[in-house]
Amino acid sequence: MFEPIDANQIQLNSQGQLKHFLTTEGLSRELLTEILDTADSFLDVGERQVKKLPLLRGTTVANLFFENSTRTLSTFELAAKRLSADVLNLNISTSSTTKGESLRDTLMTLHAMHADMFVVRHSDSGAAHYIAQHVTPDVAVINAGDGRHAHPTQAMLDMLTIRRHKGDFSKLTCAIVGDILHSRVARSQIHALRTLGVAEVRVIGPQTLLPRHIEALGVMVYTDMNEGLKDVDVVMMLRLQKERMNSALLPSESEFYKLYGLTEEKLAIAKPDAVVLHPGPINRGVEIESSVADGPRSLILDQVTNGLAVRMAVMSMAVSGQMQEKQNNGENA
Amino acid sequence: MTSGMLNVEALLDKMSAELKALISQRQIEDPLMIGIRTGGVWLAERLHHQLGLQSPLGVMDITFYRDDFTQVGLNPRVQPTKLPCDTEGRHILLVDDVIMSGRTIRAALNEIFDYGRPASVSLITLLDLQRRQLPIQADVVGGTLALGPDQQVKLTGPEPLSLEISQRT
Repeated sequence: MFEPIDANQIQLNSQGQLKHFLTTEGLSRELLTEILDTADSFLDVGERQVKKLPLLRGTTVANLFFENSTRTLSTFELAAKRLSADVLNLNISTSSTTKGESLRDTLMTLHAMHADMFVVRHSDSGAAHYIAQHVTPDVAVINAGDGRHAHPTQAMLDMLTIRRHKGDFSKLTCAIVGDILHSRVARSQIHALRTLGVAEVRVIGPQTLLPRHIEALGVMVYTDMNEGLKDVDVVMMLRLQKERMNSALLPSESEFYKLYGLTEEKLAIAKPDAVVLHPGPINRGVEIESSVADGPRSLILDQVTNGLAVRMAVMSMAVSGQMQEKQNNGENA
Repeated sequence: MTSGMLNVEALLDKMSAELKALISQRQIEDPLMIGIRTGGVWLAERLHHQLGLQSPLGVMDITFYRDDFTQVGLNPRVQPTKLPCDTEGRHILLVDDVIMSGRTIRAALNEIFDYGRPASVSLITLLDLQRRQLPIQADVVGGTLALGPDQQVKLTGPEPLSLEISQRT
């Protein structure tokens, strides 16, 4: 496994600007807000006839997906293309070779192709950090999900969606529901929500799917939906990570749905104007009832649109942070 | 240029008259005026009113089209470009406060063309600092100004509009 490290030493340049985007943990409210503001301005571009901007023209973005994810890969690809970057998609299976060795080989190959940014998806926690520490200087690394650790762009697109629909974070109660234990999304969401000053963050799930000492992150813990959803403004559902679960943690999918699935009935417990988020892909009838997912309070499709803008924002900010670091080093040298 | 010539109101009156002449000389009908944030928008609002143009004013933020973003970074508060209508086939009057290197106008032209193919683009600026790095010229200019290497000029507004020359820090 990878060594734990202080992410901000890696992901920020000497002026405190983003040069990699690895985790929402430890980032300031100011910086998270800057990401949201930048993403907001990119949203407008999606409405135009010509949706391309020249910001990353001449830049090569390599999507390194060691773990399959069509959805995340395609939004990163589209985000890079909207910024006029050249995009390389690499699906790399981890099972065939020993990890450390193959990773290093891959990095060296991409270095030889003069890639400027790696978007990394990996089933091991800390993989993006490891790559950020071992890439050549000036290459920006964006974490597109690493093991159980973090999925920062997903969390930030959720924050953007919440801000656009609810405005002020400080008045909100947000509940994250489902398989918290295996969820990198939940971890990144909790850090972002806390930093942005949400009044109350709750996690709701069965005891077996709640990490021990989760309270230490500053959240209220509930095992009962009827209690946990009371007075909630934002319901953030998680996907049941079937592929990550050994059966002992969960009696059955139908049992899970009965207790923790978001039905119309359960949603009625939350505030009347509560909104529903889900990172997708949805397991209909496992975590969420179809009529809720497709209903007027669901923001699931807004999340997809906002995800594109957030990815454009962190990509351009990271490239800009790298370039400024390079200039500073040049001046000091 | 004397300090008296930095009277923005007087410059605006002159520009308005010249612009009116330009429009009739080029036989432009229903032009689309676009101001570049922030100073260009203030000026465009005044000119748009003085000329009584029909089409509503467009507003452009060229930050995403700058050629120096990797050096100066992104301004997170980029405000959206808002054009009231299609630019396709339109005669565009592009308004900015100051033209110096020409790079802002280059970026604005690129952005305009992402919205469609205009019939023509005319450039109107309050001041020309004459330090061009690109082959771009204004059609209507309020005044020219030769600044010392350590001087800069800034338009403040929107009410009242005034020009300030200061030492670069």
